[in-house]
Amino acid sequence: MDQLLQHTLNALILGGTYALLGIGLTLIFGIMRVVNFTHGELYAFGAYMMYMWVMLAGVNFYLALVLAVALGIALGALIELLLLRRLRGADIDTTMLVMIGAWIALQNLEQFTWSGVAKSINSPFPSSPLVLGPISVSWNRLFVFAVAAVLIVATYALINRSKLGKAMRATFQDRETAALMGVEINTIYTATFALGSGLAAAAGALLGPVFVAYPSMGDLASLKAFAIVILGGLGSIPGATAGGFILAFMEELGAGYISSGFRDGMGFLLIIVILIVKPTGLFARRERIG
Amino acid sequence: MKRFSTLALLTGLLSLPLWMSNLYVLHILIMTGIFIIAAMSLNLLLGFTGQLSLGHVAFFGIGAYTSSLVSLGFEVHLLPDWPVGLEAKPVWLGMLLGILLAGLCGWVIGRVSFKVRGAYFVIVTVSFAEVVRLVALNWVELTQGPMALNNIPVLRLGVPGWFEFAFLRKPANYYLVLLVGIVAYLLIRRLVNSRAGRAMIALRENEALAASVGIDVTRYLVLATFVSAGIAGAAGALYAHYVRIVDPEVFSFIYTVTMVIMVISGGKGTLAGPIVGGLIFGLLPETLRAFSIQPEIQWVIYGVLMILIVYFLPEGIVPALRRSWQGWRERQGAPALKSEASP
Repeated sequence: MDQLLQHTLNALILGGTYALLGIGLTLIFGIMRVVNFTHGELYAFGAYMMYMWVMLAGVNFYLALVLAVALGIALGALIELLLLRRLRGADIDTTMLVMIGAWIALQNLEQFTWSGVAKSINSPFPSSPLVLGPISVSWNRLFVFAVAAVLIVATYALINRSKLGKAMRATFQDRETAALMGVEINTIYTATFALGSGLAAAAGALLGPVFVAYPSMGDLASLKAFAIVILGGLGSIPGATAGGFILAFMEELGAGYISSGFRDGMGFLLIIVILIVKPTGLFARRERIG
Repeated sequence: MKRFSTLALLTGLLSLPLWMSNLYVLHILIMTGIFIIAAMSLNLLLGFTGQLSLGHVAFFGIGAYTSSLVSLGFEVHLLPDWPVGLEAKPVWLGMLLGILLAGLCGWVIGRVSFKVRGAYFVIVTVSFAEVVRLVALNWVELTQGPMALNNIPVLRLGVPGWFEFAFLRKPANYYLVLLVGIVAYLLIRRLVNSRAGRAMIALRENEALAASVGIDVTRYLVLATFVSAGIAGAAGALYAHYVRIVDPEVFSFIYTVTMVIMVISGGKGTLAGPIVGGLIFGLLPETLRAFSIQPEIQWVIYGVLMILIVYFLPEGIVPALRRSWQGWRERQGAPALKSEASP
């Protein structure tokens, strides 16, 4: 029972960052119809930026976090402006190929810049965990969960309450009509891609200090983000949030009770099962977000 | 004219080991050939049915592992006291089973995943490849996990007691790969030019319309996946018995990407496309290495090239060349070639 409690807690904390990854990807897909293969690279980019600022430049941890996310947003905007803008209206396979090319280029640039050796990042949190009766949790992970939760709530607020969010939702529902109503579609696209990328970079920046940063970390992150998004239904933000937590539970319980080697396989098995049973995802509300 | 160039090409390919004594070059050609076979199989799906399978390396790896395991023999415990084993079998049987099992996996994946299309299909295939890789990595009793399968025997053919030929040296392997490549090419050409092939192209162009005229969409998609996976499995089996060591790295996503680049750059949906693209991207790494470019930068170049090709040569090299060749002939005043209904 204690073990189950511990697993549940771990899953809850991991689920927060997974949800961040999933929300970013699902936003980009929902609004732009782009299957974003660079998502995991943005995640890795966030972690490496933490490494650069904290370990190399000696910047304060919290400031470095903000910087990493800001740079992730900037990189996302750059990718959108350079690569995707000219592909507006192209079919989904074409953009997918371009994103795969960008993914390979980015990942190997990361490996070239930072070498293949995994980098660990110091965090300012005490190393002794917080013990609550039979279960314990490290302060760093608690911090990760808190920040992730804040970011998820902030994203919801942005989509549902702000003017930009309203324009995003309008674009999602009907691009042409939104454009006719005076929504700057190009701005919305850049903002969406930058926001999604920023969320991925945030997930990487948060998890980098918990684990380590290494060049191919983005691959698994991308694939997990896909799993989460499929789980929740492409384009559904609540779906992605729930999907993130469900995947984390599956992994944590799978690793705890079946075999830790197959931890990362859980998500893929889940995708295959979901697509057989309910191809639209668990939470798809007929092509809507927000 | 066309027959003549085909003959010249075949003569060149067949005689190559006679005048090319550099074994390193021969090795590069063998590896390139193996990847061209894999790319041709991917092209059947991506080019002719329009489904982007990003898990294609799974079939390649399944072919490689199956063939190696059958020819090495294995024993696993499915339950603690229920051993299942297999004595070492001849390599040709292993290769055959590898092709069959890969094809079968293709059939199952096709059945399952053609419920969905587009982005979903891509993600299912990626997931499938990842699951297979994890199995190869973690089922150590069967696959040796990261320790890899070593000492895989080479293919031996012959009549027992009479004579035996071992595909040990590079020229022999070159001919083997060439033979399998030609068989795969002819098989794909036959399939594509048949009724089934026309059905596949029809559903690539307009699935709803194809279904409305009575084409059983799922059936043809599954058929294409079955054949495609089988050929990829053959490429994997060739790889296993040539390199003679197989580890879970054969499932690396980067191999799928290499195949996709080969198909896209050469021209998807053309028979010659994967061969042209395969030659370019099979030989490019060696060229780049000659300029002592690091592997990371080499991959960056790959990625950038892929983006550039999608922007500037969206159809690929072969269709672009064909068009400019036709334009040139027209300008020369010759009657335009009967457009070779790009099969």
